[in-house]
Amino acid sequence: MEIIENLSHLSTAEGPKKLSLIAFSGDFDKLTAVFTLATGAAALGYEVNIFFTFWGLDAIKRRTGRAFVGKGFLPKLFGYLMGGLQVAPCSRFNFGGIGPRLFRHLMRKNRVATLEELVEAAKALGIRLYACEMAAQVLGLQKSDFIPEVKEVVGVASFLKLSEGGRILFI
Amino acid sequence: MKHLLDITAEHCPMTLVRTKLKLAQMAAGDTLELLLSEGEPLDNIPASLCEQGYRVLSVRSVEGTTHCLLIEKP
Repeated sequence: MEIIENLSHLSTAEGPKKLSLIAFSGDFDKLTAVFTLATGAAALGYEVNIFFTFWGLDAIKRRTGRAFVGKGFLPKLFGYLMGGLQVAPCSRFNFGGIGPRLFRHLMRKNRVATLEELVEAAKALGIRLYACEMAAQVLGLQKSDFIPEVKEVVGVASFLKLSEGGRILFI
Repeated sequence: MKHLLDITAEHCPMTLVRTKLKLAQMAAGDTLELLLSEGEPLDNIPASLCEQGYRVLSVRSVEGTTHCLLIEKP
């Protein structure tokens, strides 16, 4: 009964809260933090934007494994070396790619959502995904190289407009 | 229509995510019996649902640290 009484003063009058995340890193653990915060906030009623830039773009590529994605020789090479979400390395204890496999095993064992499950949850929750125009240009990527949930390829001005009035986190 | 969701085996953020996605599938006027654990889920989910406009009709202890929340979708 105490919980119900404490809820009585809460209202929806304030309108939706907003969280905008800048996903700079392509590391498995940092992307897990990005999608954990994003999905948690969206489920709590926040409007959530994720702006992927540089290595972070790896998380939203249509091809999830190693592939020569991009326009031109160097971007294609970078695209292959970066690898995609399936082979995202850990920022620590990567052990030549074994680290993320160990973490995925631990996550499943402890019934914690894996990175792939969090990405699917983000799509289901309608979290708005954006790709950084400058980084996409450098890496020879265009909108069609990204998953369909990526709303737009945008620049700084658009990102600032989108994130106005909310909190911004850089990961 | 009545719905049931058990999130006692889930961890953050999936406790929140599964609840939100279940409520999104329901029609206005439907109710959800949500089984959740003490601690983080019980401390935060009822308040966040109220802030999002859902009606928390009751909270009752079920067994051990498990509670049942009755929620109505507006």
